[in-house]
Amino acid sequence: MKYRSEYLKDCITVMPEGDLDAESARETREYLDKLIDGYRFDTFIIDFAKVDFMDSTGIGVLLGRYKRIKALGADLCVTNVRPQVDKVFRISGLYQIIKAVSV
Amino acid sequence: MKITNHVSITLPALHGNEGFARAAVAAFCAPLSPTLEEINDIKTAVSEAVTNVIVHAYPGTSGNVELTVRIFDDRVIDIVVADQGTGMSNVEEARKPFFTTKSQEEHSGMGFTIMEAFTDKIEILSEKGRGTSISMRKELKNA
Ligand SMILES: Nc1ncnc2c1ncn2[C@@H]1O[C@H](COP(=O)(O)OP(=O)(O)O)[C@@H](O)[C@H]1O
Ligand SMILES: [Mg+2]
Repeated sequence: MKYRSEYLKDCITVMPEGDLDAESARETREYLDKLIDGYRFDTFIIDFAKVDFMDSTGIGVLLGRYKRIKALGADLCVTNVRPQVDKVFRISGLYQIIKAVSV
Repeated sequence: MKITNHVSITLPALHGNEGFARAAVAAFCAPLSPTLEEINDIKTAVSEAVTNVIVHAYPGTSGNVELTVRIFDDRVIDIVVADQGTGMSNVEEARKPFFTTKSQEEHSGMGFTIMEAFTDKIEILSEKGRGTSISMRKELKNA
């Protein structure tokens, strides 16, 4: 998994690249937590444009970050969600708490 | 139904092999011309079942994932993911959305829910101390 991130006007955008599964869960969690701990932000956006695959391990990673970001009074959003990941989001009900936005 | 192709793969239950397992099954099914959604459904279901063996089946020890794919009439795909690990004492409970025995490691408990949603049929056999076998069926629509 590779990651790029951008910090602009109280908004962090992260663009992971690769499959988000049990193999990449830990490094993804660590990468996101470093940003959460290191910056002040109102909105945290994960751009899924380059994630072709995610399974339920990814749901766990996202829910864990959601709780941390919520506790800081900020929002977690996702964008550019591709079809396979979109189906996992829909079936698990994740869109009910993590909003999809267009950027 | 007539069996038209099959493959069996045995691999150690180690992280890194979940990606290989789902790619291998997808490649094996590719000649049947599944839609992109069907291939993604198969990859997702395989990933969940294989990941469960890697994460849950062999606590403190090691063991194998046994993956078998059988194709019937070039259209019906049966996938079996088996282990000889710790097994489950209560399968009905394990199937429930958000049920996990590993919440402290942020496992979501949505694996079985996703396997059910992404396949046409799932059968779970498990015996405490003996192991687990997950059978999933996917029928290709336009094949
Ligand atoms: N192959 C397996 N061997 C032993 N236990 C398993 C196996 N697969 C699943 N389980 C049990 O079923 C529970 C639910 O599985 P799942 O829905 O995939 O959620 P998660 O993997 O996030 O815990 C697991 O927490 C585990 O206790
Ligand atoms: Mg699981």
